[in-house]
This record gives sequence, structure tokens and C-alpha cells, in this order.
Amino acid sequence: MAGGPGLRRFFEDENMATNTITVSETPLVLYALRRADDSLILGHRLSEWCGHAPTLEEDMALANIGLDLIGQARSLYGYAAEVEPREDGRSANDEDGYAYFRDAGQYRNLLLCEQPNRDFACTMVRQFFYSAFTDPYWRAMTSSSDPTLAAVAAKSEKESAYHLRHAAEWLIRLGDGTEESHARTQRAVDALWSFTGELFDADDAEDSLVADRLVVHPSAFRDIWSDTVDVGFARAGLRRPDGAWMQRGGRGGRHSEHLGPLLAEMQHLQRSHPGARW
Amino acid sequence: MSMGADLELRARVVEVLQDVVDPEIPVLSIGDLGVLRDVTVRDGTVEVAITPTYSGCPAMDMITLEIEIALARSGIGNARVRTVLSPAWTTDWMTEEGRRKLKEYGVAPPVVGAGRRALFGKDEVDCPRCGSGDTGLIAEFGSTSCKALWRCHSCREPFDYFKCH
Ligand SMILES: [Zn+2]
Repeated sequence: MAGGPGLRRFFEDENMATNTITVSETPLVLYALRRADDSLILGHRLSEWCGHAPTLEEDMALANIGLDLIGQARSLYGYAAEVEPREDGRSANDEDGYAYFRDAGQYRNLLLCEQPNRDFACTMVRQFFYSAFTDPYWRAMTSSSDPTLAAVAAKSEKESAYHLRHAAEWLIRLGDGTEESHARTQRAVDALWSFTGELFDADDAEDSLVADRLVVHPSAFRDIWSDTVDVGFARAGLRRPDGAWMQRGGRGGRHSEHLGPLLAEMQHLQRSHPGARW
Repeated sequence: MSMGADLELRARVVEVLQDVVDPEIPVLSIGDLGVLRDVTVRDGTVEVAITPTYSGCPAMDMITLEIEIALARSGIGNARVRTVLSPAWTTDWMTEEGRRKLKEYGVAPPVVGAGRRALFGKDEVDCPRCGSGDTGLIAEFGSTSCKALWRCHSCREPFDYFKCH
């Protein structure tokens, strides 16, 4: 395993099993956690670039985009904590609880968001696919019948618009750049394509929220996402993969092998020293 | 405590808060920025409502602390700061005064009512130093997430642009 002996020790730590939280996943809690997890996990991935990006400007850009996403996650976790039903005597979950004290199987993020950074092209293609969805999605969510979700959406849609533009410009620069940058970008597109189907999925829990006009069905954004992707690909000289088979599972807690090591790193300090502050 | 005393206290709080500034742009008070949403006083208890500029704005915790310190220094101890999300802050809430101070500080203020632009569209930003419109984007994400880095082709100076949100 990539994490080596340190990681094994972490998983064997008895405390880890005992301080994992339980969550009452009502449809609304599940919804908030899914979107928050997308933002947190992708934001964490972007933070891994800090100090490693190809230029100083990009180092700042990736850190700032990551910060926006982690901020969105905080708002959504805060909301989940407000709406999660509490049994007598049980203390409520909070932002940090959701982030640091859930295991991989309790995470509800898209598989796309947890895919590793690999190279800069792969990071930008992942961001482009994700932001091409969240940009119109959050814009539509500003008319949610829930004032908190509408307010989170109002912030997120503006941020997503910048994230999308940044990623789209890089997609074009890389796809339409040198032979090597083109090859790497096309390779990233081919590798990540099968993770894009999950963007548009919803289950019974989410359908019930759609019926109450709390949320918008993600499948409503398939066409606009597809258009954005085609425009970007055409300008970048990239080929849309033919494969129609899509990987699924993140929304239900079935993740790729990449999430575990990410959580191990992200949660290590809080798991070892619960409640540590500095 | 009487209603008159509450009103008086509220006026004092509002005055104290005029000196609380954004730690990242220290020429702007939280009022100029539009981050200060409301001050309420009930039976001598003060509640200050602020709203975040950006989801991940790291300045919010700092601003909360500075408000508490400023009030405590003025002998107003019975106060709490509450963060409200709705309605969501936009750069259009920045006051005229705030925009003027920002420009003097060397940061191009957000273009009013510009809203979102097309995927490959371009903003038009005037240089805060020489006023020239002949400018260009260097980096979409600048020193903080609310700013982009631009350059002026007339006076050749780089400058920060406070992005529209
Ligand atoms: Zn100039």
C-alpha cells in the first residue's frame, strides 16, 4: 500500500474504530453530505498541489479554488448538523465530526472528486468536468425553497463560474498546446470520462427532495454539461471518448481505492488527538 | 434595561465597528465592504451579524475576533457575533466610499452589476493608478481568492482587481 507502515499503524489503531461517528442519514442530511463531501474531497485534492504547482500563479489559483471548495463544504456540513435528527442524550454531529470522524464507506462524494491529481493536465480535466456541472447546478439551486441551501448556492455558483473558466482556459491551452501537453490532456480525458456519469445520478432519497422543490434533479444538467464539454473539446482539439460505460458507487459509499489513503492523511491528526486545535 | 439605553448602546456599537477593518484590505471597514449586516441590542445584549464574502474566506474568523476585541476594548462585553448566510453577499454591497478607498489603495474595485460573464468572455477593468482601460489579466486567482492579478499596458504597473461576486 502506498501509505507504508505508517498507514497500516493508523488503520490498526483501536481508537479509530471507537471514535467514528454514526449519522442519521435522512434524505436532507444525505443530500447535504453528498455535496459537502464532493467539495471537501476535491478541495483536499487541490490542496495537495500547494508548493508543487507548475508556476507560482497556478499554485495560488489551485490553493484558492481548494479554499472555495472547502468553504462550501463547511457551509453544507454546518447545514447537515442543523437538520440531522438527534436522539435523546446523543450529542449532535458537527462540521469537524463529518469531515474527520467518518470512514470511507460513510463518505458520499462522487468518484470523480477522489481521483488522484496525477499530472497537471489530469487535475485540470477533473476540475473542468466537475465545474462544468456545478456552475449551472448551483445557479439553479439558488431558487431552492430552503433559504440556507439557496444562500449556499448563491455563493457557490459565483465561485464555480471562476473555477470553470480557469479550468476551461487550461483545457484549451493544454489540449491545443504542445504534442506532449495534448497527449497528456487526451489521456486524462480518456481516464476520467467513465467517472462523469455519476454527476447526473439521483436516488429515491434525492427524488423526494426534488418533489418538495428543495433541490433540482442533477439529470437536468446533462445537456448543458455536454454542451460545455463539447465547446471546450472543440477549442482544445480533444476527442470525446466513445465509451458509454460509467462507474458508479460514490453516492452510496462504494469508493475507489484512492479515497482511503486520502482520508488517512486528512483525518490522521484529529483521529489521533480528537478535538485538537491550534 | 430601557429601550432608550438599548438604542444608545447600539449607536455606540455602530461607532466602534467603524474601526474594524478587513484584515486583507485594511483600508476597508467591514461596513464599507458590506460584510456587516446588522446590529441588534436587546436588554443590553449586543448581537452583531456578519456575512462571509466568499465561502472559504479565511478572514471571517479574524473579523469575528476583531469585532469582539473592539467591543471589549470599548467596555462592551455582553456581545456575540453571528454569521448569516442569507441573503448572500455580493460585491454590489460594497459602498461608494468603499470603492473609492479601494481604488486609492491601488486595487481596482469590482465592476458594478457586471455579474457573471460568459465562459470565454472578458472583463473590462480600468487601471487604479493611471485610469487607463488598456489592461490585461495576468492570473484569475491573485493574492487572495477575492482578487485577480492584472497589468496595465499604459503605465506598465501590475495591480489587483477585486473580482465581481
Ligand atoms: Zn495604469
